[in-house]
Amino acid sequence: MNNRVLMKGTDALSEAAIRAGCRCYFGYPITPQNEIPEYMSRRMEEVGGVFLQGESEIASINMVLGAAATGMRAMTSSSSPGISLKQEGLSFLAALELPAVIVNINRGGPGLGNIAPSQGDYYQATRGGGHGDYRMPVFAPASVQELYDITMKTFDIADKYRTPVMILGDGMMGQIVEPINVHDYTAPEGGLPPKDYILDGADGRPSRIVKSLILDTREMEEHNWKLKRKYDLMRQKLPQCEEFMTDDAKMTIIAYGTAARIAKGAVKRARNDGLKVGLLRPITLWPFPDEAVLNAAKKTKLFLVFEMSTGQMIDDVRLAVEGRVPCEFYGRPGGIIPAPQEIARIIERYWLQKEL
Amino acid sequence: MKTIYTRPKCLKPAPFHYCPGCGHSILHRLICELIDEMDLRGRIIGVPPAGCAVLAYNYFDIDMCESAHGRGCAIATGFKRARPDKIIFTYQGDGDMAAIGTAETLHAANRGEKITSIFVNNAVYGMTGGQMAPTTMIGQKTSTSPYGRRPEVEGHPLRITEMIGTMPGAAYVTRTSLATPAKIRETKKSIKKAFEVQIAGLGYSLVEVLSPCPTNWKVSPKDSFTYLEEKMEKEYPIGVMKDITATKTKKGS
Repeated sequence: MNNRVLMKGTDALSEAAIRAGCRCYFGYPITPQNEIPEYMSRRMEEVGGVFLQGESEIASINMVLGAAATGMRAMTSSSSPGISLKQEGLSFLAALELPAVIVNINRGGPGLGNIAPSQGDYYQATRGGGHGDYRMPVFAPASVQELYDITMKTFDIADKYRTPVMILGDGMMGQIVEPINVHDYTAPEGGLPPKDYILDGADGRPSRIVKSLILDTREMEEHNWKLKRKYDLMRQKLPQCEEFMTDDAKMTIIAYGTAARIAKGAVKRARNDGLKVGLLRPITLWPFPDEAVLNAAKKTKLFLVFEMSTGQMIDDVRLAVEGRVPCEFYGRPGGIIPAPQEIARIIERYWLQKEL
Repeated sequence: MKTIYTRPKCLKPAPFHYCPGCGHSILHRLICELIDEMDLRGRIIGVPPAGCAVLAYNYFDIDMCESAHGRGCAIATGFKRARPDKIIFTYQGDGDMAAIGTAETLHAANRGEKITSIFVNNAVYGMTGGQMAPTTMIGQKTSTSPYGRRPEVEGHPLRITEMIGTMPGAAYVTRTSLATPAKIRETKKSIKKAFEVQIAGLGYSLVEVLSPCPTNWKVSPKDSFTYLEEKMEKEYPIGVMKDITATKTKKGS
């Protein structure tokens, strides 16, 4: 059956969450992601789920925490300033090892900034954001179809590793309308671990505690190492990226999300002009696809990192490349969406400058 | 032989870490007695605060979920919305409930969340060492109001329970005290009523409990009960502020 429909990014994300079994949504209005709570307020009623507009982002993420502790699939969404407010909750979710999905439709910043697409929250998303020694998987979809598919997957990853998972988009990913295949959710092969930690009243079993306070320093150290082992496992299993025309590329562009869409257009233009340029698009920002970047470094002569920020992901690229190949940067912060022509011109400039 | 006094079943046999004369120990016991008597252990979930009672889960033998400072009512909302068949209560101090968690508290109450809050008011931040709380009384000296609380500098004591008493979402709102055995018995009755109101699905229920903190008040445990009655109860009058079950009975008769 052909389930191909035109869908807006925010709607695709919301529908995928509901089909993946998300039955609790808590959020607070902020542009440019209001279509998510609006969609959820309609649909949750239809599927017998919970939609509640919290009094703040802080309250909303803590409502998610409570719902997650009962074993329900729960999510919240917001945009940059609101995500800053959720950081306390993210640290607690990571510490308590509770699964949840958090959506950040990144807008221009810092401060109130503006409501245009931006990638300025990369550091906040991938470097913890909240306090303490934790990591959090971060996915950066680049099309409405991918937004749909990844959203379903994030609930499985959250449950499998008992961790908060972030979907990092921007105003363009949220607002764009594309034809997608709408499909039902299928549980991962091999199933998911039983939720033996949930709190639902100690009926005929020993009581349970969900807590992160560990005053004994040795126990706290062991808890940190335990989390680290889990993060190491995620580093092995989760990294994901797309490679486009990288096989013979002398220059490789690295970009994610909306920037990668623009970069892809630029790569096609450069190829038309006979320049051997490719695109490596990280889909997971944490864990970063180090291995793919390192492999590309063996084939390419120059990396050009393009971000809609003043340069944040480039740190991860440099860490992965370990100085083997030069890394250049081009950025458009503040909500600017450059056209592919602009990136193609930058590609050409570096091509000539570096005599590739 | 008839047993007339014993440890409640859901109070773990662990020594309390609370200071001599602290009200938390009394209050923990009252709640555990009620959970036993009302047979709630199999469906109750408690949310302790950040504060002196952060370790409440070491004493309550029931399911419990830690809360970041002040977020108890939001977490409890998540629990209750996800599992409406469960009984959820938050156990919060004055800093947790009336300073950092004011928004979460007032909005949960106003939405009429079917949860119960036990609000322990001792007019200071206890765990951090006796700093000024939103409920610190005028003239009261604390480690961050060394000249005594001055309204023109530190503002006035916040009566959050009175505020909640005006809200349509709140079903049962009361203030009690631990100053005397009779008032302790009254506190237990009030908490029972609050749980009953939640079980009946009538709305938010709140029991503010005025509780002694001899350590940070810098008085003896014995004198702290006098202080509680003579000072605290003057600033925070005890009594029922709202009880929709009482109104209903009146209207019906």
